Amino acid sequence: MKPLEFENLIAPFKDKVFRFAKRLLVSTEEAEDATQEVMVRLWHKKETLTNYNSVEALAMTMTKNFCLDQLKSKRASNLQLVHSNYRDNQVGIDQQLEAKDSWNWVEKMINELPEQQRLIIQMRDVEEFEFTEIAAILEMNETAVRVALSRARKTIREQLVAKHNYGLTNS
Amino acid sequence: MDLQTVEILLEKYFEGTTSIAEEKQLKAYFSSQDVAPHLEHYRNLFGYFKTEKEIEFDKKLPLQPSKQPTVKWIGIAASFVFLFGTAWFFLNENAQSSKDLGTFENPEEAFQATQEALQLLSGEVNQGIEGVAVLKQYEQTKRIIFKKSNKK
Repeated sequence: MKPLEFENLIAPFKDKVFRFAKRLLVSTEEAEDATQEVMVRLWHKKETLTNYNSVEALAMTMTKNFCLDQLKSKRASNLQLVHSNYRDNQVGIDQQLEAKDSWNWVEKMINELPEQQRLIIQMRDVEEFEFTEIAAILEMNETAVRVALSRARKTIREQLVAKHNYGLTNS
Repeated sequence: MDLQTVEILLEKYFEGTTSIAEEKQLKAYFSSQDVAPHLEHYRNLFGYFKTEKEIEFDKKLPLQPSKQPTVKWIGIAASFVFLFGTAWFFLNENAQSSKDLGTFENPEEAFQATQEALQLLSGEVNQGIEGVAVLKQYEQTKRIIFKKSNKK
């Protein structure tokens, strides 16, 4: 397989892999590095890629494993900043931010979910994957995926409603 | 899409039972201009999903054509160099040692040299025995002391 052929093969899903990595790692640079790493690993496997039903699903699973390892080693090597330790009381600044980018809030809510739920939200609500695909990528069964998805969506709903009511009482 | 349908779909959405098509309907509804006021706070959620899908990865991938063959040849070449190197080294050493063994042509000279060597050896052995003699003394003294202490 030539580099160009390979590029064409990964073109339909390389953005998905990147967004998937970014959902877990949050930082853009780290997500870029992770995407590169996964693609290079795929490139080295290029001779056996035809054995897989879906290279995309393979790439997603590799990304998931790579990013989780990355997070694990990061946690082992340095102290994690726990967000629940402090609370930002500067409502004025928050509201200014909200006016600038209302999606920041949603992003924050999603990124505070447990890792698995984050990935499911990412694949279902952003990438519009079917449950069978998600189950295969995460190596889970479909029911568990549905349950986790519903839990994640409900958590987001609670926070959205709370935020909405809070906003009303303040204005 | 009428409000009732939207509400039903939303309920299904949070239960995780909507299909992809139904979720697309919801996304379309919330990106339209006339969202019902009491559902306004969901607009950002679905709007966020849409913008997230537009993020792209545009870094170049460092794809090198596989280098395995050259690596293999380097290994083979290196092992050959090593093999010939060691063979050459041993052959050379053997040749040298067979040339000069320190032999004497004259029997008398050889006898003298042998005697000298043996004398050197016996001298060293004697020196060793002298050293052990001191130990003997030490052993005796030790025995006396231990006998005394045993009697007590």
